[in-house]
Amino acid sequence: MALISRFLLLVLLFTALVVSSGSGDGFTINGRVKIPQGLGTKGFALPGRTSNIKVILNGGQNVTFLRPDGSFSFHNVPAGTHLIEVAAIGYFFSPVRVDVSARNPGKVQAALTENRRGLSELVLEPLRDEQYYEIREPFSIMSVVKSPMGLMVGFMLVVVFLMPKLVENMDPEEMRRAQEEMRNQGVPSLANLLPGGGRN
Amino acid sequence: MAIRSFLILFLLFFLSSLHPILSLYEDQVGLMDWHEQYIGKVKQAVFHTHKTGRKRVVVSTEENVIASLDLRHGEIFWRHVLGPTDVIDGIDVALGKYVITLSSGGSVLRAWNLPDGQMVWESTLQGPKHSKSLLLVPTNLKIEKDNVVLVFSYGRLNAVSCTDGEVLWKKDFEAESLEVQQVIQCPSSDLVYIVGFAASSQFEMYQIDASNGELLKHESAAFSGGFLGEVSLVSSETIVALDSTGSILLTISFRNGKISFQQIPISNLVEDSLGPAVIIPSSVTGIFAIKMNAITMFIRVMGEGKLEVVEKTNHETSVSDALPISEGQQAFALIQHAGSEIHLTVKLAHDWDGNLLKESIKMDQQRGLVHRVFINNYIRTDRSYGFRVLIVMEDHSLLLLQQGAIVWSREDGLASIIDVTTSELPVEKDGVSVAKVEHNLFEWLKGHMLKLKGTLMLASPEDIAAIQSMRLKGSEKSKMTRDHNGFRKLLIALTKAGKLFALHTGDGHIVWSHLLQSLHKSEACQHPIGLNLYQWQVPHHHAMDENPSVLVVSKCGPSSDISGVLSFVDTYTGKELGSLTLVHSIVQVIPLPYTDSTEQRLHLLIDADKHAHLYPKTPEAIDIFQHEFSNIYWYSVEDDNGIIKGHVLKSKCTGEVADEFCFDTRELWSIVFPSESEMIIASVTRKSNEVVHTQSKVIADQDVMYKYISRNLLFVATVAPKASGKIGCVTPEESWLVVYLIDTVTGRILHRVTHHGSQGPVHAVFSENWVVYHYFNLRAHRYEMSVIEIYDQSRADNKDVWKLVLGKHNLTSPISSYSQPEVITKSQSYFFTHSLKAIAVTSTAKGITSKQLLIGTVGDQVLALDKRFLDPRRSVNPTQAEKEEGIIPLTDSLPIIPQSYVTHSLKVEGLRGVITVPAKLESTTLVFAYGVDLFFTQLAPSRTYDSLTEDFSYALLLITIVALVAAIFVTWILSEKKELQEKWR
Repeated sequence: MALISRFLLLVLLFTALVVSSGSGDGFTINGRVKIPQGLGTKGFALPGRTSNIKVILNGGQNVTFLRPDGSFSFHNVPAGTHLIEVAAIGYFFSPVRVDVSARNPGKVQAALTENRRGLSELVLEPLRDEQYYEIREPFSIMSVVKSPMGLMVGFMLVVVFLMPKLVENMDPEEMRRAQEEMRNQGVPSLANLLPGGGRN
Repeated sequence: MAIRSFLILFLLFFLSSLHPILSLYEDQVGLMDWHEQYIGKVKQAVFHTHKTGRKRVVVSTEENVIASLDLRHGEIFWRHVLGPTDVIDGIDVALGKYVITLSSGGSVLRAWNLPDGQMVWESTLQGPKHSKSLLLVPTNLKIEKDNVVLVFSYGRLNAVSCTDGEVLWKKDFEAESLEVQQVIQCPSSDLVYIVGFAASSQFEMYQIDASNGELLKHESAAFSGGFLGEVSLVSSETIVALDSTGSILLTISFRNGKISFQQIPISNLVEDSLGPAVIIPSSVTGIFAIKMNAITMFIRVMGEGKLEVVEKTNHETSVSDALPISEGQQAFALIQHAGSEIHLTVKLAHDWDGNLLKESIKMDQQRGLVHRVFINNYIRTDRSYGFRVLIVMEDHSLLLLQQGAIVWSREDGLASIIDVTTSELPVEKDGVSVAKVEHNLFEWLKGHMLKLKGTLMLASPEDIAAIQSMRLKGSEKSKMTRDHNGFRKLLIALTKAGKLFALHTGDGHIVWSHLLQSLHKSEACQHPIGLNLYQWQVPHHHAMDENPSVLVVSKCGPSSDISGVLSFVDTYTGKELGSLTLVHSIVQVIPLPYTDSTEQRLHLLIDADKHAHLYPKTPEAIDIFQHEFSNIYWYSVEDDNGIIKGHVLKSKCTGEVADEFCFDTRELWSIVFPSESEMIIASVTRKSNEVVHTQSKVIADQDVMYKYISRNLLFVATVAPKASGKIGCVTPEESWLVVYLIDTVTGRILHRVTHHGSQGPVHAVFSENWVVYHYFNLRAHRYEMSVIEIYDQSRADNKDVWKLVLGKHNLTSPISSYSQPEVITKSQSYFFTHSLKAIAVTSTAKGITSKQLLIGTVGDQVLALDKRFLDPRRSVNPTQAEKEEGIIPLTDSLPIIPQSYVTHSLKVEGLRGVITVPAKLESTTLVFAYGVDLFFTQLAPSRTYDSLTEDFSYALLLITIVALVAAIFVTWILSEKKELQEKWR
């Protein structure tokens, strides 16, 4: 029951007026691209700067640009199922599937193809902003330690100062057992040191 | 036990430090990549210099670009690339702040904000029928305080408000065949004239009140001779046209709504007849120009329809439109070629003999003729008029002339690249002097100290700036010689204008450029079209002292049976070594895998009559060719008929003229696709120069799979004819996509797969034993990418060691394309978010490095995607062994990682192609993406495992060594002490 009611709700949402039948042979799809403020402040497209955003219908059949309020429209679109993509540097937009129905003009269904989410009105928002560069981590002592050279130094220090201590603190009994084990195994291989292989 | 756990901990720590660095840091931009922005050949230019502030020129181009350029330096303020079908018909500036563009055959009218390029409004215009589209921005015409733009398109005149794009009124011109020629605004009134021809011999004139669209007067007059082509406007109420034979000039006046014709045969004006004339469209009051063969004539219109020839010249001439400079005065610019110079003359429209300006400017011969001229004026300090002229050259470059000099130039021919190939640079000959090394050493140390400071965050802002400039400058980068790693090469690009450019891969500067004479319009070759570039001569082993050269293949016109042209260009100097106008046509060019003693590659050219022609035409070439005569196979794809054919050579040509380089061919096999259910939309084969390192693949359970590697594999995609259109016009039930893998020697179909409910466009790339293709899935309404890998099963039994030992394997048996190996294929499909414009695969010198797909997305970015994501063996839960092999768990869609965009935050506007070239260093490949913009970068698909990265800190290495040495001494002293103590005890 709950499922059916949800389905009904979706249908109701879909009937918002996005498509209007224009004069001539096609329909007009009107929509809006909305970039939330705060998103992409570190990005490359300044928030609110929409002049370089393109809206693309059916993989390049029509290309249009945004008006200052973010709205766009495609004219003379035939009835059928269409795909709208938004190309904006710094943002990831999901393509949108738009069904333009010939029988009852004015009805439209729009859904994001990435996550199959229905849209009640054709307002396109980025799913996430895109960071094209790696962030350079600020200098920390860890990064030096982690670098191959740091590891070399670290390993050397460990071997020089810690190993004797470890050996000293060992129980002579256990020490003997370890030596025995080593002799039994022969050459210790790296594989049985790893968690998967070393099940003995 | 403790030791072991400690070791494990240590190992884990070590492994975790090797996190993958796939991408770029922001400060590395421009280090290995460069990006150039172009606009294309300018069609129309409007200056905006009246206001104080930045002087600019707004241009529209043949690449459907509108751009605002800085008039001082020629840089782009802003730019928009419209869709591929959105051809710009007209531009103008309205209200001093809006750029108005009319595009898509007059159906889309847009206004852009002049300072920043933001679109202000957009409106769609429709009308009853197709017609020429004209844009007129009238001065001082207002309807209810609203400035208007007049647009004639689709047989309808629209008045559109400048501020919001609303149509204020419209007027249909129902007259069945009205071919509109001009929309003319009457000075000092709100009247607009629309003039045009109807039924080829009728002249029509409509007078319209521009404030409300009311038709005030409609007159028409018949002229039995008919009309030809363009008209020239010589005053606001007079036009000049030609009759249909091109021999009689008609002056048509429609003053006060009365039409009157005056006909003057051209033979009355000039004694000798020179054939039919063509009017050069212009709008200079009282003067017009006609062209007869190579002769250009300027004719003045006197009152009462009298004409007078004022100048006759056989130099190539271009004229600008008129520029009103003061009350009732108009100036125009004239450019004439004379040898290596061009003469710029600026005249007043009513005074032919007096020149306002006359300058000669030396012009590079490689720029060809002047195609278009745009004039603009400025007021000098002494209050006289100065003029600047923007010219568009034959090679599509744009130049600004002012005060007898070229102020700036833009190489906009590079916006329309047809084909690209690469060439090596010359080998460095001279040794390096010692002084230079010492100097370099000092600089080097200094540089590394600075870098160390940078890493340790001790650098001041000046230091950081110094580091950045030092890295970007990279003195080595743009040297004109070959380097060890093979990063420095020449990119040879052929442009639509018939010009060849050599770009340096280091920083993208133009090394040389050459306007091909063979692609110049001539008597024999009316409409030359450049087709392709091929490596003609690549000297490496012997013939080292020869310069490498490329072959440019072109043809004389759009039809397939028109004769072809070959030219050979030296890639070091850019000199054209020679050119051949062929007697036969060129349908297909096959570079053969054979070279002669001077390393010239043999090429086989197939003409429209199915004859094969061998080049170069030398006895040596024919000798080599005869040896391999029976081993040459090729295929042809006939898209229209849906046939793929395999061909082979038969014998020498049996024509009337004996030609030993011509061969007859024979059809070997053909595959006919049923035209009612399948239509070929894509065919892709392997790159002929691709290197494959290993023939087998060891899979997780120590098993081996043999790749089926054949140069003769062809990938073909067909769709249902109904589904060949764009997305949105077909239902999933009536569309399907069929994919074939075909052996091109035998014509055997190795694999066939049908994707129901899918359609094109298909973009595919073929490499080694796999093919990846991109298509649209109508059921899911998403794009998909599929991979097919093909393996040779007949060699699978070789895995048995005993067989190897006993010599019962078939490894040494010769591989023939005629043998029918048992193959198996593995395939899988994934969703992909974006539409594609281009797809390519990285190629490296030895083919060891793993591959990445380079995907040109609809947003004009290039994404690098590991081939591992497109592995058909991906499964939901890979076993431990498979994980170790590097198999990624299955997901339904391919990931888009923003950091793996090779173009990072840049766009290659109008992206058309991506090519990759291997560097000498195995880990690295060079990537060049072209469209309206150019982008170049180096890519290391498996990271640079064979060289130190650019940001490797030598100083840190030195410090570590010093620290280690110090530690050795310290521990030595400590141990000595301890030993001493032990002994004392």
